Amino acid sequence: MQPSSRDDFIIAIRSAFLKKENKQKYSLSALILLTLAILILGKYDFKIINYSKISLKEIAYRSTFVFSTPENLIKKSFIATKNHFLVYEENKILKEKVKDLETINYNSEFILAENERLKDTLNELNFSSNEILAKVIVDKQSPFLKSIIVNKGSKHGAELGMAVLDKEYLVGKIVELNFTTSRVLLLSDLNSKIPVDILPNSIQSILSGTGKENGKIQYVKEEALIENENKVFTSGAGGIFKPGIPIGEIDKKQSNLDINVSFFSDFSQLRFVKLRSFSPEEN
Amino acid sequence: MTKLSKLNIFKQFLEKGPIILLFIATLNEFDFNYLELKYFSFNFPFILIYYWSLKRPGSLGYGLIFLSGLFNDAVVGLPIGVSSLSYLFICGFSSYLRNITLRPSKINDWFFFGFTILVVNSLMFAISNVFFNVQIIYSDVLVNILFTFLFYIIFSSLFEYYKNFVFGASNV
Repeated sequence: MQPSSRDDFIIAIRSAFLKKENKQKYSLSALILLTLAILILGKYDFKIINYSKISLKEIAYRSTFVFSTPENLIKKSFIATKNHFLVYEENKILKEKVKDLETINYNSEFILAENERLKDTLNELNFSSNEILAKVIVDKQSPFLKSIIVNKGSKHGAELGMAVLDKEYLVGKIVELNFTTSRVLLLSDLNSKIPVDILPNSIQSILSGTGKENGKIQYVKEEALIENENKVFTSGAGGIFKPGIPIGEIDKKQSNLDINVSFFSDFSQLRFVKLRSFSPEEN
Repeated sequence: MTKLSKLNIFKQFLEKGPIILLFIATLNEFDFNYLELKYFSFNFPFILIYYWSLKRPGSLGYGLIFLSGLFNDAVVGLPIGVSSLSYLFICGFSSYLRNITLRPSKINDWFFFGFTILVVNSLMFAISNVFFNVQIIYSDVLVNILFTFLFYIIFSSLFEYYKNFVFGASNV
């Protein structure tokens, strides 16, 4: 009796997946089962798997830092060349911006002092902060996940959920803590959701990542009150971050119907960041 | 004598080329993000694993492929094990194609690669999304699949040259 095409198919599948091939130390099916076990046990936070994951990540992040050196050199030269061509035009714009900022700075110094005085009078909460400076060791932002790895972990006092700032601008929060490294989920990631306050009308909303370079405002009733170049700050709702950390500004120029937010910080240029935790201070 | 042993080391290094390249690709995660090319991304490890598993299975050990997947997950931030699973499935698909092919053809390999990455990506992102609540932009995934499919033909030609140079044309 001649074997049917179904038999051929089964034989080929069995041979591909179940039999250990020549020159291979492990069979494919055994490794697939092992991977499934890692996935399932990892999902349910099995302790051994978690410890193995942390060790693997420590090794992977350090190795990536070394392996990325040549590509980082190319990247830096590319950006430097690009910046060189833009420098004259940028200089003109910056000169004008400096003038404007000087004026704003005088005003804000006065407003800050006044704000402190008023807070004391109202007996409101002040926040004390604990800050750690960290170096970005991996900034491989895949098309699907926007995150960076920094060289500070639980050993240095970093904690899960800590705010991550570039200068004074919020860029993300710590979502994964290892012994000497941490992963920061950037605000632009699709899974990032931050409660925000849109000024000057003080509209409370949620800022979501889009997976691109910008964010978008969600769950807001007073859409009409939000105008182009309105500033976006953390609202402090949920107690994750203190209120008033600058994030970006509304960008309604883009063609889609979403209310987009352009971040103040350029996430592709992060070199050093501040990890900051906030705690309410008793007056 | 020294010259001969140096040549031997160099040859061994070249023979390990595919696996070295796989680890560089997963640890380095070539992204070209700095070029600011919108909608451009492709999955180089998929091409590499498929080609070498198909044409010269001994060059990439399954154990090392599994390990490189774990490293890739750690670097990219996907749940640990997702990439390993997809890499191993690619090995399985290519092994299946090798078993049923009597007369290899580049076009057949290419289209089967397209089918493979569609299945494997679906599996990978279904696991990430359903079991680990990782949100995904599906249009980006599709573009990634498309570019990976298009780039296969270019990289397979380059790998063909490399294979013929290092292992010889008839050594399959």
